[in-house]
Amino acid sequence: MGSVISARDLSLTFQTNDGPVHALKDVSLEIGKGEFVSFIGPSGCGKTTFLRCIAALEEPTGGSLTVNGMSADEARRARAYGYVFQAAGLYPWRTVGRNIALPLEIMGFSKAEQQERIGRVLDLVELSGFEKKFPWQLSGGMQQRASIARALAFDADILLMDEPFGALDEIVRDHLNEQVLALWRRTQKTIAFVTHSIDEAVFLSTKIVVMSPRPGRITDVIESPFPPERGLDVRETPEFIEIARRVREGLRAGTVDA
Amino acid sequence: MMRSVGAVLTVLVALVVIWYAAAVWMNSGWALGQAEKRGEVLSFSQLVVETMDQKRPRLPTPHQVFGELWDTTVEKKVTSKRSLVFHGWITLQSTLWGFALGVVVGILLAVAIVYSRVMELSVMPWAVISQTIPIVALAPMIIVLASSAGIEGRGVPKAIISAYLCFFPVLVGMVKGLRSPSRDQLDLMRTYGASGAEVFWKLRMPASVPYLFASLKIGIAAALVGTIVGELPTGAIRGLGARILIGDQFGNPIMIWSALFAAAILAGGLVILFGVIERLTLRRMGAAR
Repeated sequence: MGSVISARDLSLTFQTNDGPVHALKDVSLEIGKGEFVSFIGPSGCGKTTFLRCIAALEEPTGGSLTVNGMSADEARRARAYGYVFQAAGLYPWRTVGRNIALPLEIMGFSKAEQQERIGRVLDLVELSGFEKKFPWQLSGGMQQRASIARALAFDADILLMDEPFGALDEIVRDHLNEQVLALWRRTQKTIAFVTHSIDEAVFLSTKIVVMSPRPGRITDVIESPFPPERGLDVRETPEFIEIARRVREGLRAGTVDA
Repeated sequence: MMRSVGAVLTVLVALVVIWYAAAVWMNSGWALGQAEKRGEVLSFSQLVVETMDQKRPRLPTPHQVFGELWDTTVEKKVTSKRSLVFHGWITLQSTLWGFALGVVVGILLAVAIVYSRVMELSVMPWAVISQTIPIVALAPMIIVLASSAGIEGRGVPKAIISAYLCFFPVLVGMVKGLRSPSRDQLDLMRTYGASGAEVFWKLRMPASVPYLFASLKIGIAAALVGTIVGELPTGAIRGLGARILIGDQFGNPIMIWSALFAAAILAGGLVILFGVIERLTLRRMGAAR
């Protein structure tokens, strides 16, 4: 299993008026093909910054980072990843279908190809029949699913998700977690997933990366023992509770010495 | 719906009543003077009658103004020099040319300001300053400059004056609109490797449309004011502004007021027209209804 994303001693320091802020310090991590990696930690721990570095939306100030064997910027230009933001960020003036078509238009797919792909990804996120609806006609959960569909539309191997369900309520979130898991099994994509929720991280991931702030760094990396095929009921098992406990401890350790 | 119609009618009736009362009050001086010359003493009801249909009232009554409006629009041939339709058309043409010019200039400057820090620092202060100069002071200068530059007629300078007034709201609205996309929306375009032109046409431009329409409605009214001001300096004989001026010179308040109302009705019609276009456009762009 080769590394899709490889970070070595990655650092990112922002210069602010109050002096330098170490958003990331010496972060090293390998993410293999087809892995589902969650990043969890308190705000300011650099989990989103790390994701943005992978996406080449931020420029690291130290260390090395490769995505698909290229620099992050080359990978971005090669359209290696789809990015899902915390806010669904659908363009309100475009229908759901036209929103999904947005990256396809920019990447120069033909009209017919666009149409075929819109149908396919809407089916993947169970939104068939909503193509002609405008975003405001959809619930928050449905909007987020549409934005996932948009990120899937152009066949990037990597899906970067920045707290995609952070603004949704518990019940919707459970449902979407199951859907994302099913989607991951079907599409075999590599997923990097930022979250605040311990349950979400443990339930979804093959690997859980626990981070802590000031400076933003990795404090623990936990491999999940669960098979890809798992239902919400694994959350009741002793193994799940044990991993959740370890995550919680990692989070606590990070906060104490900060 | 019925309640709002009732409220609107109530306000309208109140305005008309106030107008009549003010007409009685303002025109009574002349009526009393005339009566005194004739050695008569007017009762209140006689006084009211005397103030209703004076030839040169200080304040024309509503029925005089709307009678004159009716007379100079419906009853006159539209080609007649005394038809307000004729003069309104002259004014409307200049307004629309000035408006088109102002909108184009406003949008281009807004784009330049949004994309260039240097433009923002060098253009924005001047745009603000330009609006502090009274247009009545500037209008004659523009007319004189245009004629010394060899431009025939009033059409071009009038359009420039109205463009001068209406580019500003468009500029301000479009700067705000073009900057309205969030960081996430801009980042999203970056993840697609979108070019600058694609970010502009697929994100910034559509995001600015609601702002643009708000500006257009202000701009069209401003353009009309600009045109009328451009018609005021002596020498103009056509257009609503010229009617106001001629009415003033000939001491004919009824003519001034009817031209004023014609201008107001024209402005209202244009604003309503843009409101309708706005609604249709935004509905097509998925605005919640």
